[in-house]
Amino acid sequence: MTQFIALFQAAIVFGTVILYGALGEILTEKSGNLNLGVPGIMYLGGIAGLAGAFFYELSTPNPVPALCLIISFVCAFAAAAAGGLIYSFLTITLRANQNVTGLTLTIFGGGVANFFGGALNTMAGGVGQISVAATSAVYRVSIPGLSGIPVAGPLVFSYGFMVYLAIAVAVVMLMFLGRTRVGLNLRAVGENPATADAAGIPVTRYKYLATCVGAGISGLGGLYYTMDYVKGTWASEGTIEALGWLAVALVIFAVWKSVHAIWGAYLFGFLTWLYFYIPGLSRSSQELFKVIPYVVTIVVLVVMSTRKKRENQPPAHLGLPYFREER
Amino acid sequence: MSVHVSHKEPLLRIAKRASIPAWKAWLIRILSVVLALLLSGAFIYAITGLNPVEVYKAMAQGAFGSERRSWVTIRDAMMLLCIGIGLAPAFKMRFWNIGAEGQILVGGCATAGFMIYFGGKLPTPVLLLLMAAVSLIAGAVWGIVPAIFKARWGTNETLFTLMMNYVAIQITSYCVALWENPVGSNTVGVINQKTKAGWFPELFGQDYGLNVLIVAVLTVGMFLYLRYTKQGYEIAVVGESENTARYAGIKLSKVFIRTMAISGAICGLAGFIAVAGASHTISTSTAGGRGFTAIIVAWLAKFNTFVMVLISFLLVFLQKGAVQIATQFKLNDFASEVITGIILFCIIGSEFFIQYRLIFRGRKEAGKA
Repeated sequence: MTQFIALFQAAIVFGTVILYGALGEILTEKSGNLNLGVPGIMYLGGIAGLAGAFFYELSTPNPVPALCLIISFVCAFAAAAAGGLIYSFLTITLRANQNVTGLTLTIFGGGVANFFGGALNTMAGGVGQISVAATSAVYRVSIPGLSGIPVAGPLVFSYGFMVYLAIAVAVVMLMFLGRTRVGLNLRAVGENPATADAAGIPVTRYKYLATCVGAGISGLGGLYYTMDYVKGTWASEGTIEALGWLAVALVIFAVWKSVHAIWGAYLFGFLTWLYFYIPGLSRSSQELFKVIPYVVTIVVLVVMSTRKKRENQPPAHLGLPYFREER
Repeated sequence: MSVHVSHKEPLLRIAKRASIPAWKAWLIRILSVVLALLLSGAFIYAITGLNPVEVYKAMAQGAFGSERRSWVTIRDAMMLLCIGIGLAPAFKMRFWNIGAEGQILVGGCATAGFMIYFGGKLPTPVLLLLMAAVSLIAGAVWGIVPAIFKARWGTNETLFTLMMNYVAIQITSYCVALWENPVGSNTVGVINQKTKAGWFPELFGQDYGLNVLIVAVLTVGMFLYLRYTKQGYEIAVVGESENTARYAGIKLSKVFIRTMAISGAICGLAGFIAVAGASHTISTSTAGGRGFTAIIVAWLAKFNTFVMVLISFLLVFLQKGAVQIATQFKLNDFASEVITGIILFCIIGSEFFIQYRLIFRGRKEAGKA
């Protein structure tokens, strides 16, 4: 039982990182922009949140928890949205290719994050390892009282607030895309921008906003990773990049529906950590176990394309540029 | 964007250029690189307060400071170029092969496997040919799988090839755990270190002579293939418009699968070169992101393999240079990725000014560029 609880918790924590990445990317892709810069954006969010918290904690002997939270949160969102802005400017205004721009953003974001991550580690001195204990603690505080309930406590109530926030974002996004006028307009832009344009929807503004806000949400995945997953430290080992690509996979797995992304993310987390709890696996077979989330995604992708159910298709204009003057 | 105003001329509008002289296009590209170097210089100065000119000098030292360094730079540029060449036909066809990373790794794994199991049992030339063959096949298989699904059901190839990367990475991890040497190190170590069985022999007195030769042949071969053969023409037509291709009687599924087999095979061969010709080991970082970087190489060169040579050298130069400044000025070597990112952003953005021109309010339109 304790083993199961541990696996369940590992799955939720892991899932939350990629859930943020995927939610942001869903919003972005709904506007027709296929942003392959998600890993870079998550990197930017992670390092900005960490840097914000680090300098705040450095400047004051007694950091105020609320300020720790706000500073790191805003820094992460803003840096990630800035990454989205670079992408938007290049693809929407300068009409560059989306895939190439996205991949460059991944290189750039990873470079910036690891560069400053390394610099922060040096600045932190000592063992050469940055640690923002005060801020990280704020992110990891669990619901008092409820987390004490046996079984249900550790399973459902033992996480930091960002786990619940991610679920809330997913639900709000579902309402936004499905139930509001603006959401409908956004989907129209992703499906057929020419028609949307003719209907008077400001296509460019929608694409910019969806991409930047989407990037900001993706960046929170990086923030959650640095603050909770690795407890307020930094290591330049490329884990965020792998998680970022998994987030892109999750978007497909969830067939562009934010609520499906919730259980999809936890399932990915479960599959990723499962090997750890199966006794008697040799190291090599553990590695083969880790391939499951990706194979599952491929299967979903193939099944979707063969069945051609209309509600399960990607936005029709995904990855394609839209210029009013060209047909 | 040009905002539509009914009674007043907008401050700035955009018009597509009908054509642009080659020198002007190159001038814009060169200007973009200069701008990028200025931006990166500002970045370096802002962070470290170091004189950027000194830093660029140190970078040149790092890339070409000694004969040994120059050859490592050449070797790595050849590797990047090889992958770019592999990607060129796929991208020219507008088939988004994001899976080079995986194709390199499976090629590398196949090579390393043969090197371990047949090293010393077969004469090295035979072994080399055998390893080249299996790496080509492994890469081709990795490329064909998404192509078949794309051809049959229209499955999104960008996402499919991306996922194939991770399958390949896990297979590589599996192989590393299997071939671990010494046990417990979690690495394969240098394969056949004493016998050098299956290693590239020296050519023209250079360790990496064979790397250069293979990639040079590929560069010329792919240039001719894309420009002067019927298959190359079919690729161009499919890339421009699938409907036109269909109308002209080109069988799309056949072109997809054939081209991806070639693309994957060359990327697999890059894995062979990386393992047998450079590192003599295999790990998940054998591809090291070059599968992604090479996409940008191929795309920016507009699939002209000779232009790719230039871009590959530029990128590898930056990488090597950054490692040097990292040690010399106590920065960390991720600076290279930052600078690479800035340069690529600028080059990508510059394409806009090659394809379009800006018209300011009040300017006559007569001056057609």
